[in-house]
Amino acid sequence: MTTAPAERFALRLHKVSKAFGGVQALNEVDFEVRAGEVHCLAGENGCGKSTLIKTVTGVHQPESAELIELFGEKIERINPVQAREKGVSVIWQDLALFPHMSVAENIAFDDLVGLRPRSVRYREMITRAGEVLDRLGVRIALSAPLNDLPIAQRQVVAIARALMNDAKLIFMDEPTASLTQSETDRLLDIVRKLSADGVAIVFVSHRLAEVLEIAERVTVVRDGNLVGVYPTDGMTQARLGELMTGHHIENDVAARDLPDAPVVFETRGLSRHGEFEDVSLTIKAGEVLGLTGLIGAGRTELAHVMMGMRKADAGTMLLNGADYHPGSIRHAIRKGLAYVSEDRLALGLLQKQSIEDNTVISVLGKLTAATGLISDTRKAELVRHWIRELGVKIGQPSDAISTLSGGNQQKVVLAKWLATKPRLLILDSPTVGVDVGARAGIFRIVRELAEEGLAILLISDEVTEVMHNSDRILHMADGRIVQNYDPRTISVPQLEERIYA
Amino acid sequence: MRDTLRSYTIETRLAVVLAVLCVVLSISAPQFATLPNATSLLNNSAVNLIWAVGLLVVLVAGGIDISFAVASSVVQYVAAKMLIGIGGGNWLLGFLFCGSLGILLGLLNAWLIHGFRIISIVVTIATFNAFFGLLMFFSGGRNIYNLPDWWTARIFIFEHENAQGIWSELTLSVAVMVGCVVATWVLIRRTNIGRQLYAFGDNPEGARRAGVNIAVMQGVAFGWMGLMAGIAGLMQVNIVKEVVPNALYGRELDVLAAVVLGGARLGGGKGTILGCILGVMFVAITQNGLNLLGVSPFAFQMIIGAAILVAISTSNIDLSQFFRSKEARS
Repeated sequence: MTTAPAERFALRLHKVSKAFGGVQALNEVDFEVRAGEVHCLAGENGCGKSTLIKTVTGVHQPESAELIELFGEKIERINPVQAREKGVSVIWQDLALFPHMSVAENIAFDDLVGLRPRSVRYREMITRAGEVLDRLGVRIALSAPLNDLPIAQRQVVAIARALMNDAKLIFMDEPTASLTQSETDRLLDIVRKLSADGVAIVFVSHRLAEVLEIAERVTVVRDGNLVGVYPTDGMTQARLGELMTGHHIENDVAARDLPDAPVVFETRGLSRHGEFEDVSLTIKAGEVLGLTGLIGAGRTELAHVMMGMRKADAGTMLLNGADYHPGSIRHAIRKGLAYVSEDRLALGLLQKQSIEDNTVISVLGKLTAATGLISDTRKAELVRHWIRELGVKIGQPSDAISTLSGGNQQKVVLAKWLATKPRLLILDSPTVGVDVGARAGIFRIVRELAEEGLAILLISDEVTEVMHNSDRILHMADGRIVQNYDPRTISVPQLEERIYA
Repeated sequence: MRDTLRSYTIETRLAVVLAVLCVVLSISAPQFATLPNATSLLNNSAVNLIWAVGLLVVLVAGGIDISFAVASSVVQYVAAKMLIGIGGGNWLLGFLFCGSLGILLGLLNAWLIHGFRIISIVVTIATFNAFFGLLMFFSGGRNIYNLPDWWTARIFIFEHENAQGIWSELTLSVAVMVGCVVATWVLIRRTNIGRQLYAFGDNPEGARRAGVNIAVMQGVAFGWMGLMAGIAGLMQVNIVKEVVPNALYGRELDVLAAVVLGGARLGGGKGTILGCILGVMFVAITQNGLNLLGVSPFAFQMIIGAAILVAISTSNIDLSQFFRSKEARS
C-alpha cells in the first residue's frame, strides 16, 4: 500500500443509470470501492442498492454508464460468470446455498458448475474447503450437511465459498439480519480479517451501529440518486439515518412514568426448566416494557409461555389481576394477548397469500356474515382501516404479501394482531430486516398504541432500539431478570457494556 | 464413522429393519433363506431397480415422474415393431433402439417441464395418460408374441443345482441391473453433472445464480430416467417373452414408494443409490416373505403403505439429538 496509497480501486462506477419500466432505479450514480476497504452501501429499501449490486455483477446491464472499472480494468459488458472469474462475489441475503449438500461441497460448489463432464474429487474438495475455513479462522465440520448448521455458520460458509473463487471484492447483502449480537461480532471480525488480507468488502446493512463500527466509508443512496460518500469517522447513527431517509429522525429517550396506570400483566416466579428461572415482571396499561439481553437469555421462550405455546414449570401469571393459564395460543389470543414473532418471514406471514388475507387471518371468526361465511365487505373494511391506520404502502390489498418491503410487511403483521384488539402486545425483535425509515414508522405506531393504553412488551437485542422506545428496561441473562433500568438514567454504551460484559 | 452413520441415517435404519426382517423370515419361513429364493428375488427385482435408479435421478433433481413404467411399455411396443420390421436385429440394436426411444420420451417430459414451466407431476401425469392412450389405441391392446429369438432367449449369468435338483439361476436382467446401478452411481456421485443435479434439486434459484444450466439439468434427469425406462422395457420382455401393452401399467407407484422409502426426498436434493437399493429390496422381500407365509396379497399393499408412513414420519426425528437433550436435562 506504500507505493500507491489509497488510490487503488477495486471498483469504480461513474454515472451509472438503470431504469425498469418508467422507474429510474439508478440515476447517474457514482460508486467507488478502494482495494481492501470495508465500504458500506446505505439506503432505504428500494433506494437502488440491489440494482447497483446487480449491475456490477452483470445480472443487469446498465442503460448508460460513463465508466465501469473493476480492479483497474475498464469493462464494457459483464455477465455473472465473468464477474465471478474477475473476483467479484455477492453473498445474497438468502445465501443461495444448498441445504442438503455437505459444507465442503457448498464451499467448493462453483468448481463443479459447467457442462463439461468431469469427475468429482471429494478429497481435494475437502482439503481446499478446509484451507479456506482455516484462513477465516473458523472450524466447521466439512462433511456435515449444511442444514445442520446454525444460520451464522451458514453465513461463514457463504463467505468461504466467495473466497474459494478468489474473490477480491465481496458484496454482503444484509449479512447480519438474522444473527445475534455475538454472532454479528464474530462475523465483523472475519470481515476485518478479509479486509486486512486485501479483500474489499461492500457491506449492506440496516443496522447502522454496525455499519459505523465496521466500515471506513459509507456511500448513501436515496431514490436512485447518490446522496454522498462519507467517512464513518465522526458520523453518527442519527446523521446517517437522516441522510438515508431525508428526514430528521427522532432518536431520543422517551421514557415516561405511569404511576396511576393499572397493571395489565404480571408474572410471579415464572420458570421453565432449562429456559428461564424465577421471572417476575409487571406491565402496566400504556407502558412499553423493554426486554433485552443476549440471545439464548430466554426472552423468546418467556414470550412463548405467555402466549400459551409452551407451559411453565413453576410460577403464576396474572392478567388484569386474574389468574391466567393459557392452554394454547388460541386461548391467549382470546384473552387479549398478541405476539409479533421474531421470524416474520417464516412464522408471522403467509408469504404467498394476499395482503388482505394476511391482515384478517387472526380474526376470521369475527368477519362472518349472517350466512356463516366470511363477509367480503367486512373484510375489505377492516383491511382498509388498518392500512390507513398504520400507513402501509401497498399497491392492491389483493397483492401477495411478498411484494412488500420488510418494513411494510412488519406493519401488516402488526395490523393482523391489532385487529384482534389485544390488551398486551408482545413484539419480538420487530425490526429485523426493516430499514431505518420504516423502523421509525413502526416505533411511532408502537408509541401511539401505548398512548392509547395498550401494554407492550418489546423484546430486542438492539440496545439503542430498547433505549429509545421503552419506558422501563429489563435485562435478562441466562434465564433470569438480572436488572431493571430506567432509560433516563443510563446511556446506551453503559447498557451495552453490562449486557455484553 | 459416526459422521458417516449420521449422513446416512435413513439408509442405516432401513438396513437394520431389513436385516431384522430377513432374520424373522428365515426363522418363520424355511424356504426364505435358500439360494433359489434369493436368486428369484433378484431376478424379479431387476426391472424395478433399473426404474428405481432412474427415478432417483429425477427425484434428486427436484422432479417426479409418473410416466416411466408406461414409457417402458411404449418403448417395448415400438422397438418390437421396428426390430421385426428390420428383420430381427440383435442385442446391440435392441439396447440402441430401446435406449434412444426411452431418452426421447424422457426428453419430451423435460421439454414440457422446462419449456412451459409446468411442474413435473402435472406433466408426467399427462404424458402417462397420453403414452398409455396412444399405446392402447395403436396396439388395440393386442400382445406381440412372435419376437426375435435373441430377445426371448434365456441367458444365465449364474447357474447352480442343489442336492434336491432345484436350480438357482441369475438372468441377464440382473447383470444389466447391476450395470445401470453402477452407471447411475457414477453419474450422481462421481461427476460434476450429478452434483449439479443435486444442487438444482436442493435450491433451484441458488443453482441458477451459480451458473448451473437448468435446461440441461432437466434434460439429463429426465433423459436418464428415459434411458433406464427403455432398458427396463427391453429386459422385461426378455423375462416374460412377450410384449403386453398394459403389463406395466400401475408399476410406477410401487417403484416410487420404494425409492421414497429409501430416503429420496420429494422436493429434491437428497437421495442415495444405497437407499434406493434398500428400498426396492425391502418392498421385494416383504412381498416375498408374505407370499411364503401364505398371507393374503392384499396385506402387502397395506404393509408397504404403513412402512412409508412410518419411514417418513420418523425421518425427521434425529435420535442423536434425543439423547443429547436427555443428557442436558440429567
